[in-house]
Amino acid sequence: MNTIDLVLWVIAPYTCIAVFAVGHYWRYRYDQFGWTTLSSQLRESRLLRWGSPLFHFGILAVIGGHVVGLFIPKSWTAAVGITDEMYHVGAVGMGLVAGVATVTGLVLLIIRRRLVGPVFRVTSRMDKAMYLALGLVILTGMINTVHGNIIGHYDYRDGVAVWMRGLFVFDLHPELMAKAPLSFQAHTVAAYLLFALWPFTRLVHVFSAPVAYLWRPYLPYRSRDTGFGGRRERRGWERIDGSTR
Amino acid sequence: MRVMAQMAMVMNLDKCIGCHTCSVTCKQTWTNRAGMEYAWFNNVETRPGQGYPRTYEDQEKWKGGWTRHPNGRLSLKAGGRLKNLATIFANPVMPSIQDYYEPWTYDYRMLTNAPLQEHTPVARPKSLISGKDMRITWSANWDDNLAGGPELATQDPVLRKMSEKVKLEFEQSFMFYLPRICEHCLNPACAAACPSGAIYKRSEDGIVLVDQDKCRGWRKCVTACPYKKIYFNHKTGKAEKCTFCYPRIEVGMPTVCSETCVGRLRYLGLVFYDADKVLEAASVEDEHDLLDAQRDLVLDPNDPEVVRAAESEGISRDWIEAAQRSPIWQLIHRFRVALPLHPEYRTMPMVWYVPPLSPVVDSVAQTGFDGEDGDNLFAAIESLRIPVEYLAELFTAGDPAPVTEALRRLAAMRSYMRDVNLGRENPDASVAEAVGMSVEDVHDMHRLLALAKYEDRYVIPAAHTEQAHRLEAIATGCSLDGEGGPGMGGPGSSGGKVGLGMPRLRPGSKR
Repeated sequence: MNTIDLVLWVIAPYTCIAVFAVGHYWRYRYDQFGWTTLSSQLRESRLLRWGSPLFHFGILAVIGGHVVGLFIPKSWTAAVGITDEMYHVGAVGMGLVAGVATVTGLVLLIIRRRLVGPVFRVTSRMDKAMYLALGLVILTGMINTVHGNIIGHYDYRDGVAVWMRGLFVFDLHPELMAKAPLSFQAHTVAAYLLFALWPFTRLVHVFSAPVAYLWRPYLPYRSRDTGFGGRRERRGWERIDGSTR
Repeated sequence: MRVMAQMAMVMNLDKCIGCHTCSVTCKQTWTNRAGMEYAWFNNVETRPGQGYPRTYEDQEKWKGGWTRHPNGRLSLKAGGRLKNLATIFANPVMPSIQDYYEPWTYDYRMLTNAPLQEHTPVARPKSLISGKDMRITWSANWDDNLAGGPELATQDPVLRKMSEKVKLEFEQSFMFYLPRICEHCLNPACAAACPSGAIYKRSEDGIVLVDQDKCRGWRKCVTACPYKKIYFNHKTGKAEKCTFCYPRIEVGMPTVCSETCVGRLRYLGLVFYDADKVLEAASVEDEHDLLDAQRDLVLDPNDPEVVRAAESEGISRDWIEAAQRSPIWQLIHRFRVALPLHPEYRTMPMVWYVPPLSPVVDSVAQTGFDGEDGDNLFAAIESLRIPVEYLAELFTAGDPAPVTEALRRLAAMRSYMRDVNLGRENPDASVAEAVGMSVEDVHDMHRLLALAKYEDRYVIPAAHTEQAHRLEAIATGCSLDGEGGPGMGGPGSSGGKVGLGMPRLRPGSKR
């Protein structure tokens, strides 16, 4: 194992995870007002109507696939009687459908962002960086699906997945990544760079997915006394009655 | 009975001259910011007309408000909770900027920087959305004073609901103005639709607000509000709405739109309502019963039982007294001339309107008869179906009876008070009795509608000074003070927030 492998598959991923975690904490704490989807539907809605649901439902399926593929060890699926062939066919089949939806959606959204003047006008540098990173991750991911799983044969469940799970339990296997095909390496690098960028982009809206809407009461009442919004009292201006918030 | 207090407004449409002062002062106060150029928390519409945004009252198209199912339950017209979340990635019925209007500025620099030339340089309109030259083809009050004629006015969704015959008679036109703000509903559809739960109703005074820190820009509220009074700030990515000028209300001052109204047609005051009955009232089966259900929600502040219940909810003595002096309850219940806007949306709106009698008076006067004579007016109200039917579609879900009642009372007041003011010896009291009012009622209503002073029109109890340090208006910070917020540059803007390379817009940035 050489230094480059150590940097690429141990130091850099940990750094990016740290930036991801601390970045989100910091932004949630200090930038509630900036925490938004920053929707541009008001400016253009015809392309968005197709592009956005295609992309979002696609990417949700893709994320689900990654969770299963990366975090469920082979032995577990084997234990419930799923053979490697069955798994492979299922993963590639569903992965292709989700991938095609995601890519189609993303292409529509990028076209919209670049060619629709009013939308391009509100595209920040950070948006562009985010689109680049996201595009790279999705592109390399599609190459992996087609090249690594259909044409070639690389079983990521014995390689990338083991390395990835190891990161979370400090059981480090950079050598597994070093042996992986180039496209898988590229996908991994692009992914952790995207994670490092994540808290500073509009992607933070992922973490406010409003699932609680399904059961919360329809009408929230809030008292003026607690009506500070999410704001904390400023230091030196704490309330005299000592009530804690 | 769970008594809650609500700040409510009544507008007397007879006195509105359509000057748009309320709109302009409101805009200067709240929405003169990038991203909110197109937003009018207060706008004045000419009726008949399409309104702002265009045809917003057509709920088959825009899916605003609530819908009642055969089992008696309410759900949002745009869909239940699951459907609401399933369509979160692209809102299928959100108005586009063209349904409002494309905001613009002018290329003023051309006027001062153009080289010497034969012709006077022209400042061309530039779109604030695309940044390009544009043709101005629509605005928030493009059809002001029926401009654009029948082609535009007949697109009015209220008019389209009326019978064909009425539409033809419409050629002999009538016209009035309808100033609109957020209705601060008792059963707000916007709050129910918000996936983040960022829209809330203040339990002290019922003002409906958007928590700018909790809003994530899912834009469901824009669709859900049937009055289209939630605006999406396309620069900050947050929803914004009329705040009922809560920082002013908290210190006992009227809203900016009321304060600056040159016709003095707005009334502000507290009403008490029974919070436990709201859903039941909003769910009554027959749309024509909604008006009475809503009236019944508003409790009599002089009823000892109501006072006791209010006290047990912790409502302070001075607030109870303010509710007793409130002009709102008088106009809704005692005089029965104030009606809610579109009760059929089932949101229980809390901005009420005294319907305009002037179209009727005008048409009587045009025929050469005495337009202030009680009998003439009563006859005209009965025979002039157009104004009554139209007003009924606006204020009573199409039921002409309550509109007729209100108009007859206004007519009786006009006729009786003319007798009084002309010094006739025996003013005809029968005209008051004919509409079920006593002479004293008529005098009081006249005083309130025609003469009322500032303190009588705006009965606003200040929030308690012992809580002052907790109040938004006086507190050291306001969530809207941040960059891009309406209070930007305010006292709180230096604290708390740290600006880094965030993808949001700052004043002066090019985006």
